[in-house]
Amino acid sequence: MNRFLVRLVVVLTIILGINYVAWRWLDSLNWSAWWIAVPLVLAETYSLIDVCLFGVTVWRLKRRPEPPEPDPGATVDVFITTYNEPLDLVMETALAAQRIRFPHNTWILDDGARDELRGLAEEHGLGYLTRSADWADRPRHAKAGNLNNALMTTSGEFLLILDADQIPEPEILDRTLGYFRNPKVALVQTPQYFSNVPADDPLGSQAPLFYGPIQQGKDGWNAAFFCGSNAILRREALMQLGLAGYVREVDRGVRQALAGARRAVRQARRSPQASDPLVSALLDEVAEAAEQASRELKDGASLSEITYRVRRKVDAAVQTLVAADFSALEADLAEIAAMDLARGEGLEVPDELDSAVERMAKRDWSPLGALESVQAILDAVSVERSDEAQPIMPLATISVTEDMATAMRMHGMGWESVYHHEILAYGLAPEDVQTMLTQRLRWAQGTIQVLLRENPLVQPGLKPGQRLMYFATMWSYLSGFAAVVYIAAPIVYLTLGILPVSSLSFDFFIRFIPFMVVNQLLFAVIGRGVSTWRGQQYSLALFPTWIKACTTAARNVWFGRPLGFAVTPKARQSGAPGWSLIRPQLVAMVLLAVALVAGLGRLAAGMNEPIGTLVNVAWVVFDLVVMSVLIKAVRYKGFNPLERNADAIHR
Amino acid sequence: MQFTVERLPDYAEVNGVGKLNMVAAPKLREVVADVVAHGSNHVVVNMAGTDFMDSSGLGALIGCLKLARQAGGDLRIANVQPQVQMVLELTSMHRVLTPYQSVEAAFSNG
Repeated sequence: MNRFLVRLVVVLTIILGINYVAWRWLDSLNWSAWWIAVPLVLAETYSLIDVCLFGVTVWRLKRRPEPPEPDPGATVDVFITTYNEPLDLVMETALAAQRIRFPHNTWILDDGARDELRGLAEEHGLGYLTRSADWADRPRHAKAGNLNNALMTTSGEFLLILDADQIPEPEILDRTLGYFRNPKVALVQTPQYFSNVPADDPLGSQAPLFYGPIQQGKDGWNAAFFCGSNAILRREALMQLGLAGYVREVDRGVRQALAGARRAVRQARRSPQASDPLVSALLDEVAEAAEQASRELKDGASLSEITYRVRRKVDAAVQTLVAADFSALEADLAEIAAMDLARGEGLEVPDELDSAVERMAKRDWSPLGALESVQAILDAVSVERSDEAQPIMPLATISVTEDMATAMRMHGMGWESVYHHEILAYGLAPEDVQTMLTQRLRWAQGTIQVLLRENPLVQPGLKPGQRLMYFATMWSYLSGFAAVVYIAAPIVYLTLGILPVSSLSFDFFIRFIPFMVVNQLLFAVIGRGVSTWRGQQYSLALFPTWIKACTTAARNVWFGRPLGFAVTPKARQSGAPGWSLIRPQLVAMVLLAVALVAGLGRLAAGMNEPIGTLVNVAWVVFDLVVMSVLIKAVRYKGFNPLERNADAIHR
Repeated sequence: MQFTVERLPDYAEVNGVGKLNMVAAPKLREVVADVVAHGSNHVVVNMAGTDFMDSSGLGALIGCLKLARQAGGDLRIANVQPQVQMVLELTSMHRVLTPYQSVEAAFSNG
């Protein structure tokens, strides 16, 4: 396939697409039915942008020649990450990793800390790592945390990262390490390919479009993604990432802490005890220390010294106050005892007791309490980052999919990445709908989290092409909302006779059909024989998953609500077919079928026009064919090696 | 990289000679963890003999700083060589780990 042809089709697609969508906006909206007309034109605009981003991606599609030879002196650690996968599965991968030809150390990173696995690793001479004690009671950050932990106790110059089910070929390092001869290369990603998938791939597990033209296209823009497994990373780049993130976090944290400290001191000044000269003097001292620290921070002074000094000052003040409070408490007790003695003698006594108790109770909100809260604030954000298990977190922890965020930060720091298009590891895909849906949900959630937390369009350091490449992937995960409209629009016409377009005239067909044709041609030219149909089906059919991912990720990022995150199980989930898992899609399919019958009825009764009916019937049939993949998926009984089509192995 | 430890009344001095890189990083962490575990929570890393440091080495220093701080003390660095100074400035890490002119100066201000 030559680059000229690809670019020609891309240009045609974009021109015809804009021609169609511009006409839709300017000259075809049925405003009397705006409630369906506007969502539909928005959905179409979304899809046009999606296609344009795809066009930009493949514009620079990069087919790399044979890789350079590795530097024989390179040192490599192979990390196999596991949490709860069956031990035989982990060991099969680990032993295959041990057999990798290029000299290396193999490590099992067991987040399940299973003694049995430790024993097996020792028996076979494999490295075995679990989280250090620092991680107890601190955020574990799932796989990113597991890798960050291992980075601190190993020393290879390069790291090959493998999921527990990804069995590597012996030549995986020989084929990839050579790229690191370029000192700016930080990442080499190879495809993820699954060996337990039948030729017709009912669950849409293989991603030939992504691990092919899309990654090759991103590679052309120096934006090939890290995908979590089957990738080799340069330790220096990761550590640099960790250090930069650390300084940023510390600076931000110290700034916030000092502001918090000043606020707390102001609050404490209002309490009655602040009139005590000792207390007042201590508060002045702490306030002055925080004030001075803020000034020094602005001048770029040493963060560690700033926080250390403030902390020491607060500690001393707290100690003095605690000592003073003891004596005050004793004085109060004596007073209470005295009042007790006086009880029988006057009516005003109970009031006095009340006020004494109240004074004591107020000690909780006293200057001591305030200073203790300052201590807590300083602790939470001071240079040692005691809220985290380790101060340096090389792999990004802002998202449940650490890989994309990490790669984006690397690119932002000027590192380069490589996509090596050769299958060098064979993994296991989910074999049931539930697991598949969990996995897709997790990927989508992670991607949306990164979009909301570190929007690639505004991150410093990225080149325009890189921004678009990251944004393209994120944009494609918003498709769920468009899918709902694409399903609803034909139902609305066939059952109610309401058309979102002002007329289905020659004007419509002359613009729409050429766009659709070149659009499909683009996929055909780019895909070149690899089946992209499954992927297209799933991107529409899983609309409830995509929508859920967007809403849960938004709630998580903006309101701190949990995602309901689950690790993708590698072993097949048992149980009956999960029709309930695809209930929204089943409802949609029933509605589409009903609309079909209703539409034909309305046509017979002369209530709908023939052309409108024809277009919408075709549309409904298309929707149904697309979603039929789910019926196949739910009925899928898991992989049977005997049924496997030999063609599927060597695409 | 070779490490030697000297315990003084006010602090412990850790001397590192060679390259503080990804190979030496875990070892430095062990050495300082041991020093702190044995009661010296004020640590000075004397880098007079450290002619090279990479991001892993710097990461290890930060890890050690955390150890010392959590034990109620502090970790400071002294006598840094030009390459190490450059790495510190490149990452803005000199604001967290400020280099001191000499081991004696590191804790002279308390």
